Amino acid sequence: MAKILMKGNEAVAEAAIRSGCRLYFAYPITPQSELIEYMARMMPKVNGVFLQAESEVAAINMVYGAAGCGKRVMTSSSSPGISLKMEGISYLAGAQLPCVIINVQRGGPGLGDIQPAQGDYFQATKGGGHGDYRLIVMAPSSVQEFADMASQAFDLADKYLNPVMILADGMLGQMMEPVEFKTPKTDAEIADMWLQHKSWCIQPNEDGDKKHHHEINSLEIDPVMLEKHVNKLYEKYAVIEKNELSFEKYNISDDNEILCVAWGTASRVVKSAINEVKAQGKSVGLIRPINVWPFPYEDLCKAIGPNVKKVYVFELNTGQMLDDVKIAVAGKVPVDFWGKVGGVVFTPAEIKEKLEQALKE
Amino acid sequence: MQVIATRPEALTDVPFTYCPGCLHGVAHRLVAEAIDEHGLINKMMGVAPVGCSVFAYKFFNMDMAEAAHGRAPAVATGMKRARPDMHVFTYQGDGDLAAIGTAEIVHAANRGEHMSVFFVNNAIYGMTGGQMAPTTLPEMKTTTSPYGRKTDDVGFPIRVCELLDTLVAPYYIERVSLLSPADILKAKKAVSKAIKYNKEGRGFTFVELISTCPTNWGLDPLKSRDWAKEHMLPFFKPGCLRDKGAE
Ligand SMILES: Cc1ncc(C[n+]2csc(CCOP(=O)(O)OP(=O)(O)O)c2C)c(N)n1
Ligand code: SF4
Ligand SMILES: [Mg+2]
Repeated sequence: MAKILMKGNEAVAEAAIRSGCRLYFAYPITPQSELIEYMARMMPKVNGVFLQAESEVAAINMVYGAAGCGKRVMTSSSSPGISLKMEGISYLAGAQLPCVIINVQRGGPGLGDIQPAQGDYFQATKGGGHGDYRLIVMAPSSVQEFADMASQAFDLADKYLNPVMILADGMLGQMMEPVEFKTPKTDAEIADMWLQHKSWCIQPNEDGDKKHHHEINSLEIDPVMLEKHVNKLYEKYAVIEKNELSFEKYNISDDNEILCVAWGTASRVVKSAINEVKAQGKSVGLIRPINVWPFPYEDLCKAIGPNVKKVYVFELNTGQMLDDVKIAVAGKVPVDFWGKVGGVVFTPAEIKEKLEQALKE
Repeated sequence: MQVIATRPEALTDVPFTYCPGCLHGVAHRLVAEAIDEHGLINKMMGVAPVGCSVFAYKFFNMDMAEAAHGRAPAVATGMKRARPDMHVFTYQGDGDLAAIGTAEIVHAANRGEHMSVFFVNNAIYGMTGGQMAPTTLPEMKTTTSPYGRKTDDVGFPIRVCELLDTLVAPYYIERVSLLSPADILKAKKAVSKAIKYNKEGRGFTFVELISTCPTNWGLDPLKSRDWAKEHMLPFFKPGCLRDKGAE
């Protein structure tokens, strides 16, 4: 298929529809509004459900209901709206329901602004909602990757019976880039998709069948039973941590003097700066976590070459993934951080300057 | 031996967890009987609230979801949209529906969402030990209105049926009481009508059931009913506010 020039917000919506999502519930917010508007236009054309909810709280609970029926369902929002979804996300994780949540991050805290930021890393990867749960979190850095992640996210959600978040930002949402889409799933394929969840999801009692009574639930009043349940979740998360690491190595070699770590939009800027210092004969590598939970701790540590003086973390926040990087590096070499906040995005020239300084140290 | 009464098929054999004399059990039975009566047991799905009836997902003999506090109408919306071939009901208390879940119930009603809502109003937060509810009556003492509900401070009880009756979309809205055998018979009819309309795909149906909470009111079951008749029914007047099927 030919490439189409599209905004990230629209590309991920189109990709979700192609991967069999026929239910979408959301509430408008900048900078993700093109996503909800695309769904409003396109869902009726594929006999799907588009519903503008009264709030993000309602939207995520509609997702809970639809996911309880085993159907592919999605919601999207931006930072303040994602905060409202956190209660629902905890319930979805507790009840082990598959769904996809997109966060097109903006500046915070509070109402913040509507420019791109990466301030929701902690919220996405370290809880956000209450209780002992994990969210699979994928962080795209291009429109193509944003779109590709839609189908990957649904597959992961179905495989692990867990909510999956795509953690993008206003830059990726608003930016136009050429994107190539997968062949859409057929109506027949989509109609049968829920059958993989037949053993637990809400469905009619077929006449003649042994009557089932399925419960979509996160309550377990008996502490011994809840302990069992949470331990079962923990075992599942351990499998995800083993199987679903995803990261990109960029310019990694034994010559690296600095190892950068950056994710999402920030990583694109860092790559440009790496190319510029490379032209001057300096070797700087980059590890870009693609999934930020699970986080590639060991692989990051292994990527620290023999000549690396410093691991340098660049984020559009005040240092959030930084904590994970420090755990990964475990004191092997010094870890430094530089970031920009408030929706201000650093430039390749600024990163280059930081790298040059560090190379001189 | 002749069997005169059995458990409705739409209830499981899990024993209820309610206090002696609590009317939640009666309300459950009415909903279950209506589901049986209209032959919907294989196509019905339900949503349990957070409140004393939180375990309703264990009691109703069909696929059930347990919602977050107040969110049952949103959860039911997602279920019905995902499964238009099935029918859905929510069962909610007054704290759940008229305080934390006000937005969800108003908007589900306003969309004319295809669901039946059974709203059990006992003027108190039963499960958490008797705090003030949005439906607590003026001067009524609760653990968080220990000197009585002061209306100049915290306003008046919310009449949910009347509130929803301002909306265009709802198909059926009725308030009934569970306070006497005669009232329960009337309630049975209303619950059955809601399920019938639900089966026929008419849209949003809402039945409020005036109930009691002997435990947190500090009254025995019979005195509770008398108290409710005297204090609740004048404020929450039973009656049908809307029946598009009868127009
Ligand atoms: C988000 C949240 N807030 C508060 C609670 C605590 N809580 C549980 S039940 C309840 C009140 C339920 O009262 P009502 O809906 O009237 O039901 P009843 O127990 O009276 O039948 C509250 C406040 C909770 N579970 N979740
Ligand atoms: S606390 Fe009140 S509402 Fe709850 S089960 Fe007991 S009597 Fe019923
Ligand atoms: Mg109550």
